[in-house]
Amino acid sequence: MAQVTELIHNYLRHNKKFPHVYCAGCGHGIVLGSLIRSVHGLGYSKDDIVLVAGIGCSGRMAVYVDFNTVHTTHGRALTFATGIKMANPKLKVIVVMGDGDAMAIGGNHLIHAARRNIGLTALVLNNNIYGMTGGQSSPTSPEGTVSATAPFGQLERSFDIVDMAITSGASYVARGTVMHVPMLDGLISDALEKPGFNLVEILTPCHTQYGRKNKFKTVVDMYTWYKTNTMKRELYAQKSPEEQQKLTPIGVFRDEGWPGLETRYAQLRTKLQEQESCQSSAN
Amino acid sequence: MATKKRKRKELFALGNEAVVEGALLAGCSFFAGYPITPSTEIAEVMSQRLPFVHDGVFIQMEDEIASMGAIIGASLAGRKTMTATSGPGFSLMQENLGYACMTEVPLVLVNVMRGGPSTGMPTSPAQGDVQQARWGCHGDHPIIVLSACNVQECLEMTIVAFNFAEKYRTPVILLLDEITAHTREKISLPFPDELEILARVAPAMPPEWYISYEETMRGVPPLPPLGSGYRFHVTGLTHDKNGFPTSKPDEVKALMYRQFRKIDQFFYDIQLVDEVQCEDAEIVVVAYGCVARSAELAVHMARERGVKAGFLKLKTLFPFPKSALQPLARQCRTIIVPEMNMGQLSREVKRVNNGLAQVQTINRIDGQIITPSEIFKSIMQA
Amino acid sequence: MSKKKGQTKVTIYPDWCKGCGICIAFCPAKVFVLGADGKSHVAHEDECVGCGFCELHCPDFAVSVTPRTAIHSAVPSRDVRAEPPAGPCNPDPGPEPLPSPTTPEVEHGNQKA
Repeated sequence: MAQVTELIHNYLRHNKKFPHVYCAGCGHGIVLGSLIRSVHGLGYSKDDIVLVAGIGCSGRMAVYVDFNTVHTTHGRALTFATGIKMANPKLKVIVVMGDGDAMAIGGNHLIHAARRNIGLTALVLNNNIYGMTGGQSSPTSPEGTVSATAPFGQLERSFDIVDMAITSGASYVARGTVMHVPMLDGLISDALEKPGFNLVEILTPCHTQYGRKNKFKTVVDMYTWYKTNTMKRELYAQKSPEEQQKLTPIGVFRDEGWPGLETRYAQLRTKLQEQESCQSSAN
Repeated sequence: MATKKRKRKELFALGNEAVVEGALLAGCSFFAGYPITPSTEIAEVMSQRLPFVHDGVFIQMEDEIASMGAIIGASLAGRKTMTATSGPGFSLMQENLGYACMTEVPLVLVNVMRGGPSTGMPTSPAQGDVQQARWGCHGDHPIIVLSACNVQECLEMTIVAFNFAEKYRTPVILLLDEITAHTREKISLPFPDELEILARVAPAMPPEWYISYEETMRGVPPLPPLGSGYRFHVTGLTHDKNGFPTSKPDEVKALMYRQFRKIDQFFYDIQLVDEVQCEDAEIVVVAYGCVARSAELAVHMARERGVKAGFLKLKTLFPFPKSALQPLARQCRTIIVPEMNMGQLSREVKRVNNGLAQVQTINRIDGQIITPSEIFKSIMQA
Repeated sequence: MSKKKGQTKVTIYPDWCKGCGICIAFCPAKVFVLGADGKSHVAHEDECVGCGFCELHCPDFAVSVTPRTAIHSAVPSRDVRAEPPAGPCNPDPGPEPLPSPTTPEVEHGNQKA
């Protein structure tokens, strides 16, 4: 297995400070590893990958990987990525966002990126909280949870990122957790290979800001929670509605393979330019 | 030499259409935008033209924030990019405009000014975004702001805007107003070989030697497109010369001072003005945008009456053309600044004038253009 | 991956370990213990079944599991068994300690001077 670690070292920027900035037990590091293994497994060149990140803990990931990296403004990562992909469809554009980034300030960009089915791979690292700013409620903080801005419990209901992406028209939608890494590797690899807008929601714990306030004694308790409270979608479907309420399904929720906007636009351009050259030669 | 004289192609075009012609001549191949009156024709014509340009891309985004993000991304991927908007959209673009300033991404932003604040008067002209163009995004930053007063100038200044953006690796704002954008006039298209079209500096070194925000002679670091083998980090955080986040005072200072220096030391190149009958002028009218046309006529009317009036048209608004105005302030008795706001550019005139001449302003914010006779009256009373 | 015990070497890079306890809690063979320094230590290496869970789930890339026959591919001649076992008081030197090819020449030059 040492190859795994060596491989990760090959994709990190060695002049950056390690260990990375994330708190002990933060799942973001696991996602970083999973992403690197997926990229390596698919044989992509580092030069062909653009990693676009937003603001927050997830945004810090862009510093560490030796790809083309763009650390954008809060919530806008998808818009930058859309520009990059449309300008150069040969690039593999990966967008790393947090739940606040993708669902609150960038919610509009997410639904429209999914609607236009632009060929990006979006990884939404969902830790149910705004970690970097000190643990405020996010749109995915479950009802009743305590945070810095909901000291008496969250009154609002939370978003289901997977449902949102499916409804908005994304062609590939999946959910994984950092407790199920072999599966996560598979989901990310799968998403990277599909055309169109691919979204993988990744459940990852934030013990520092979320767990401590919500009755998780240690970060290990949070990983245990993911182990016992998530279930493969196929098994989940067989459970009773009461049991389902306590569980979160993981796996692939949609896989349509619809072509990305960049492909459709290139086809239109080719068609129009051919028509134009036919007309000018006819004249 | 009996070469046949070439005839330029002539068009009867809107100001907005001329902007598109200029952009395409300058090599623009990527446009992202969101519809907003009175700039919408730029997006509409771009959507028709860009699919016929080699690798051209038009994309309508979900809002102005996204439009700005998309053109920054496309510019990083090596394209010459543009967006167009008006007041409310311009406000939304400020966030990512600041990002483009910090990361030094070349792009052109056309803002067709309309009455404001807020929704204001969508179909009426104004010049109320002048200081917003200079100081709209938070934090200290240098920026280039240009303007145009007629349809031919819309074309020419768009080309200039692209050249400045690429040469100085900076966002450039082209400020138009509703009248200039919606005036239809005859324009002539320059031949491509008549134009000097600039491209951004590409790295001359192999990827492993490339330092993405290196201090250079001109202060402008080379910018390779994403995916060309030069892997680097781009961030809106203050960064060191390698592009990685830093908050060390010496590194932040070096970054910010270089960003200012790359514009400051080329004032002579950037500050564009037109002087009309200023040689012996005792009264100088300083104007820009649609008001410049009224001002020029008013100055001619005054000359016919024997008044020594002159006209200074500002094509570059920021960095403010101090070197053109200051000698005139020494020479003349009165400077008149007509503008369709409550005195946004006259503040700059007064700053540069520094008590040398008397500065008078003519201000209108009712959605009506300042007429030649209004300016003429002021000249005669001055 | 072999499920037989005692065929792997487990290494913790103490500089990168933040002591989150994931490897300690979830290792099926209970190979790790939390040391007095707040970091994970390899206590029962012979129990390791080589499942790789710790390596995949370490958020800080601080654990590596290697077959005992080929620990460092970069240094093929080194005999793994000749090394002192990595324990709580004996932290591992870290990843890939490549021998510098220039070292002997420098020494030689010094001797001359």
